[in-house]
Amino acid sequence: MTDYNFAYLDEQTKRMIRRAILKGLAVPGYQVPFASREMPMPYGWGTGGVQVSAAVMTTDDQFKVIDQGADDTTNAVSIRSFFERTAGVATTTQTAEATVIQTRHRIPEQDLTEDQILVYQVPIPEPLRFLEPRESETRKMHSLEEYGLMHVKLYEDISRHGHIATSYAYPVKVEGRYVMDPSPIPKFDNPKLSDCPAIQLFGAGREQRIYALPPYTQVVSLDFEDHPFVASKADHPCGLCGVEDSYLDEVIIDDAGGRMFVCSDTDYCTARQADGFKGKDAA
Amino acid sequence: MTDTALLSVRGVTKRYGAHIGCADVSFDLYPGEVMGIVGESGSGKSTLLNCMAGHLAPDAGQVVFDTAVDGPCDTLQMSEPERRMLSRTDWAFVHQHARDGLRMGVSAGGNVGERLMAVGARHYGDIRGSAIDWLGRVEIDETRVDDRPTTFSGGMQQRLQIARNLVTGPRLVFMDEPTGGLDVSVQARLLDMIRSLVRDMGLSAIIVTHDLAVVRLLADRLMVMKSGHVVEAGLTDQVLDDPQHAYTQLLVSSILQV
Repeated sequence: MTDYNFAYLDEQTKRMIRRAILKGLAVPGYQVPFASREMPMPYGWGTGGVQVSAAVMTTDDQFKVIDQGADDTTNAVSIRSFFERTAGVATTTQTAEATVIQTRHRIPEQDLTEDQILVYQVPIPEPLRFLEPRESETRKMHSLEEYGLMHVKLYEDISRHGHIATSYAYPVKVEGRYVMDPSPIPKFDNPKLSDCPAIQLFGAGREQRIYALPPYTQVVSLDFEDHPFVASKADHPCGLCGVEDSYLDEVIIDDAGGRMFVCSDTDYCTARQADGFKGKDAA
Repeated sequence: MTDTALLSVRGVTKRYGAHIGCADVSFDLYPGEVMGIVGESGSGKSTLLNCMAGHLAPDAGQVVFDTAVDGPCDTLQMSEPERRMLSRTDWAFVHQHARDGLRMGVSAGGNVGERLMAVGARHYGDIRGSAIDWLGRVEIDETRVDDRPTTFSGGMQQRLQIARNLVTGPRLVFMDEPTGGLDVSVQARLLDMIRSLVRDMGLSAIIVTHDLAVVRLLADRLMVMKSGHVVEAGLTDQVLDDPQHAYTQLLVSSILQV
């Protein structure tokens, strides 16, 4: 069948990663260091997510990979075929059927269930990194719950742009304790983090950190009293399926300024089209 | 003036291996009082200041601060969260180089607002309001509120640092050579401003400097340090006009009279 151990990583490495995951689940939002391995793909392609997926995967799993909402982009296709080869697991593109979903930059539009695990690829796990470059200092700030600096970033946004212009990787507070970077998902997806029935795991390969949200964890997006958090999206319906409340990509379609807005979640959009929904740009 | 000392330092000693940073320093600072610490480079002034402000751990001694809630507490025995809380509410620290005390990548308003947000302010309008108010108090035009400190002159950066420190209404300010590296006319304005802020807010301050003019203008009392030891202490005018110790006499006589 294959010369690789099941899901590429050796069993000892998977045990080590599972220990980090369990610790992360026990302390929601806390960044657990782990001995990240070299993976046969470049950093930034999801080495952290792949290791977490490999550690939680069983032979019975149905595996789905999302890249910016899509199932058919390079990153999604290559990671899906990686696990097809090394683990021989069944893969799917349908959110409802999948049991392990590895994602980059999106949370599926369809509500997740208790039988699912959502694995995020994280480039920079430290939400305070760009404000405080010293790791020793940011760890201290987390342990002493000194999060005033996070609001300095939001303050800067408002003073420069008139509103909170941070639109992705929007910082959240987990169960009133740890401030966490939700990975570069659009802030439209932030409310879905909270009270989610699925287990949410975050893996950062280069930065060697794992953190987690157990099911039904309270996650609150940071904001100011007079500038509350808004889960914004493009103010259009989807051009293909006509849905009003899903996150949209803006696609340039010609060189005369023509553009269309389509669901970023391709599975959600195709399922709706199959059910007969039609947008104004649908063929 | 009340009977309880705001800060009472007892036998603070810090050694760097065989070298002495400062040895057996004791004094009391009362509310509203400004204490100057002078001495040549390497005399242990900054070591002493850092020990008191909790940046360095002294080898021996006590630093008892009269906290607003619990009364007098030895800050060296406090847990780190308590000490850090103290250092962003009741205490302020003005660095010699404004760059050490400011966030250079964050606008002036954000710099002033940081301490407010650190103690829980979550209303943008209020934070910005007090930032603008404080820029006014340190004579920075309010149109500069969204500019980064990198675009400010040295004197303005230093004034911004002071605003950032005083915004939460601290009771004790540590200053490490606040006028170092500034030209004389800017120094004079800065001193004038510090003096009026200290008087208006009823602050207590400990000012470390090697510039005797600074302590003459600002300090009520003076300590002279040499080789880690306090060699003379007393009222500022008394020490400067009638120096007793040989080193103080040397220090006073070495000022260039123009």
